[in-house]
Amino acid sequence: MLLDFNSEKPIYIQLAEAIEDDILKGIFEEETQIISTTEISVNFKINPATAGKGINLLVDEGILYKKRGVGMFVSTGAKQKILTKRKESFYREFIMSLLEEASKLNISKEEIITMIERSSKNEQN
Amino acid sequence: MSKIEIKGITKEYGTTKALDNINLTIEPNKIYGLLGRNGAGKTTLLNLMTNKLFPNSGEITLDGQTVFENDKALGRIFYMMEKNLYPLGLKVKEIFQWTKEYYPSFDTKYANELSARFGLDVNKKIKALSTGYSSIFKAIAALASNADIIIFDEPILGLDANHRDMFYKELIANYSEKPKTMIISTHLIEEVAEVLEEVIIIDKGKLIRKESVEQLLTTAYAVSGEASKVDEYINGKKVIGAETMGKFKSVVVLEDIHKKNDMLAKELNLEFAKAELQKLFISLTNS
Repeated sequence: MLLDFNSEKPIYIQLAEAIEDDILKGIFEEETQIISTTEISVNFKINPATAGKGINLLVDEGILYKKRGVGMFVSTGAKQKILTKRKESFYREFIMSLLEEASKLNISKEEIITMIERSSKNEQN
Repeated sequence: MSKIEIKGITKEYGTTKALDNINLTIEPNKIYGLLGRNGAGKTTLLNLMTNKLFPNSGEITLDGQTVFENDKALGRIFYMMEKNLYPLGLKVKEIFQWTKEYYPSFDTKYANELSARFGLDVNKKIKALSTGYSSIFKAIAALASNADIIIFDEPILGLDANHRDMFYKELIANYSEKPKTMIISTHLIEEVAEVLEEVIIIDKGKLIRKESVEQLLTTAYAVSGEASKVDEYINGKKVIGAETMGKFKSVVVLEDIHKKNDMLAKELNLEFAKAELQKLFISLTNS
């Protein structure tokens, strides 16, 4: 888990994304406990309210849940939820801007597909 | 609850106004940064809050009760002063005992534990402590006080990087274990920025800002890239802290972060970053 204190992205959002990354990578598995808000705030020297805000984002989305008196756990289906969410934002952030730029440069959809196929062939070689 | 209300506080030294009509509410259980340049009135404000000084006018209350000459209210506030007012001939462990007289919930075991962790010899006399260890000793007394409100005036004076890191971590752990109001008055803004929930900025005796760090940081952003392109971007905008290195330039734009022009930045090949609290502070108090 890494936070970038120079990034314009607020720390609590970075924290939520970092936890999601760790869930995707399998560092935090479903139905297992993640590190506590206190551990997070002490380790990164961030205000506990900031850490709590990041955790709460994930609780609101059903990715984490709280077991009273025990701590925070990864929900069943969390990985799938994150993947779905990330695919949506992949579409918005990458595909849409790709198409925008392509239309500026008069690149057709067919040409884009050819380019993608060419790059995946290059990867295989 | 431990809400501090500062109402219309003015403090004059002769003809100079050290504090000029300060109105401020300090909500319970938050970590505050009290920021201001030298002579801005930070320590005066802290001294007034802890009854070490009397104001010319105004009132300070803790949960509705005045703090002036009120031992009950004052017993809930621990003030780690920058100046050392402890009897120099006493040993650290004797001061711990003495502190427990005034603050009955002082945790001696925790104080000894922290002393061991920071390498502070509790058998040493106060006058034998170096600047760094004098700060460590006072910070430990403050953290172990278990008071509802803990005020730190320049807590990391003379501390090396390692001890500063330990101090911030312990402060957060202490707060997490038992939430309380913490007020940190410091010059080293950048390293404490993420620890704070809110900042109180005073300048020349006047309160100029009281808001969350997050909120304050949305009022500006940094932009960098090729100097002429940066100049093109910032044309007509209010900027501070320009730094140039060869053809590279970086500036802080004083504009709502939501108004930044992504399209133009992309076109000009510029990069955005977060404005540093320190730089914002300098621009707010530089007049």
